[in-house]
Amino acid sequence: MARITMREAISQALWEEMERDPNVFILGEEVGVWGGTYAVTKGFYDHFGPERVKDTPIAEAAIIGGAIGAALTGLRPVAELMTINFAFSAFDHIVNEAAKLHYMFGGQFVLPMVIRTVGGGGRQLGATHSQTPDAIFAHFPGLKVVAPGTPEDAKGLLKSAIRSNDPILFIEHATLYQVRGEVPDGDYTTPIGVSKVQRPGKDVTIVTYSKMLEISTKAADQLAKEGIEVEIVDLRSLRPLDMGPVLESFKKTNRAVVVEEGWKSYGVGSEVVSRIYEEAFDYVDAPIQRVAQKEVPLPYNRALEQMALPQVEDVIRAVKEVL
Amino acid sequence: MEKEEYLDLYHQMVTIRLVEEEAALLYQQGKIGGFLHLYIGQEAVSTGLIGPRQPQDRVITAYRDHGVAINCGIEPKFVMAELLGKATGTSKGKGGSMHMADVEKNFWGGHAVVGAHLPIAAGLALGDQYSGKDGVTICMFGDGATNIGYFHEALNLSKVWNLPVLWVCENNQYGMGTSVDRASAVSEIRQKAEGYGMPNSRVDGMDVLAVYEASEEILAKIRKGGGPYLLEAMTYRFRGHSMGDPERYRKAEEIKRWQENDPIGIYRAKLIETSVATDAELDALDQQVEQEVAEATQFAETSPEPEPSALFENIYADD
Repeated sequence: MARITMREAISQALWEEMERDPNVFILGEEVGVWGGTYAVTKGFYDHFGPERVKDTPIAEAAIIGGAIGAALTGLRPVAELMTINFAFSAFDHIVNEAAKLHYMFGGQFVLPMVIRTVGGGGRQLGATHSQTPDAIFAHFPGLKVVAPGTPEDAKGLLKSAIRSNDPILFIEHATLYQVRGEVPDGDYTTPIGVSKVQRPGKDVTIVTYSKMLEISTKAADQLAKEGIEVEIVDLRSLRPLDMGPVLESFKKTNRAVVVEEGWKSYGVGSEVVSRIYEEAFDYVDAPIQRVAQKEVPLPYNRALEQMALPQVEDVIRAVKEVL
Repeated sequence: MEKEEYLDLYHQMVTIRLVEEEAALLYQQGKIGGFLHLYIGQEAVSTGLIGPRQPQDRVITAYRDHGVAINCGIEPKFVMAELLGKATGTSKGKGGSMHMADVEKNFWGGHAVVGAHLPIAAGLALGDQYSGKDGVTICMFGDGATNIGYFHEALNLSKVWNLPVLWVCENNQYGMGTSVDRASAVSEIRQKAEGYGMPNSRVDGMDVLAVYEASEEILAKIRKGGGPYLLEAMTYRFRGHSMGDPERYRKAEEIKRWQENDPIGIYRAKLIETSVATDAELDALDQQVEQEVAEATQFAETSPEPEPSALFENIYADD
């Protein structure tokens, strides 16, 4: 086991998969000469060359459309969208093309492609650059949506995504790149569409993913001091959504809080809570709580921005509410 | 070209015409659902364009795709079956009129969102370039598609990366009901390539041999590494944009003038004039196609509906 950052974990996954399979290549804005705006592909251009690390114009539809076309020819493109906010410029190609082509042409078209992108707020980038619209993308059958919360999962899930034959939106979090964690040595993959208990506990279940895993873990640490044992289930993939570990945990604790960074309305929490009520209603001991972003466009001012984003205290309050 | 090749082009054009006429009838009978965009009047464009392609050359087009499918070698019966939503259709009945494809024939659809397939075409060409293959991607679209951002992103990218793409604008004068001069800053679409430093030309899209010759020459240039090219084919659709088009935007005289310029009629006259074929030979071919289209319709009508289990098949390739 090595202790590395999320950035290193993602970078290693990409590097190892490119070494493993010559059909894997990267395209996107500033992925090459610049080395990636979040420095994930630093050194790739010099090592793999301009044919496999392709700098593109600032043209998101061309990036995703181009990746779709290349995938149809049997290649395994990893397209990078600088932030998920720019995915809206390629929304048509993600949800109306990539998510549809395999089904719509009767299974003839196969799209082994990954769209790597960065989401989340907390960096004072203002309303257009700070969103967490993960649930929107998870709405579409045909697309898979993955959002890791630990370096170990990031590396293993990205490797699975690159080896998958389906279009996958891989959402990284802008404020997790420096987070360190233990990562297994050597080649390993983590299955897509499998939730994981990241912290065992018996009193209450927190369902979360991505950056909010960090927030929820901090809340759980504080609650532990008061003798409250929180179990944290990390969804890791939003589609396919694996409710198995969530329901198993809930049937044990009978109490749950769903923590997400995106807006509450029509969000990941809405889905998870509905599923719990549908599939484990008899186990409910208290109304399930949701912690999410305030329903505002995210402001620039640091204090206002933090007010809008879910905080450790919000999670603690919600846990106490359900106990 | 040999005589058989000349006759093959004629055969393809007549097949498209009759398949489309049959499709219109089936639509009126309620057997075809959704939208139906007929290729009648534009047959010479696709037929001439795809005629000289090599097997490694990919073809991708918009929603007016039945004719293109036939030119790519898909048998009319599979086109008809898809129109009727049958399990034997090109897309197993899940795509419909606007979404036909056959990967084996290197035909990549059938895309229904205007302009969205242009970046995908660039990607297909990128795939061949990356893999060191000498295929050219032929990407067809209407004049209306040249006003959307996708067109510009795709043309720019293809030029920056020197991708092997032949961009073909089928200028049929109208994007749905809006004429080119009401929607495009330049009515000569080929000029748009100038902004990307891309070679371009216009061809008479009602003359199948002119299109064939242009395509053959341009494909050879691109194959040698010449990079992308924009060809504008001047054409006209004789029917509405789709079935149910009230056609308030154009005058009967205009339609009549173009119909006198029927691409099949022009070609037929040329074949006779140049003694490639006789009137009787072409009549016999017409009858043969009528029979083939009748058989195709019969095949489609008697084909099974998709099984209910098909609903949940092919959502993901990994499952």
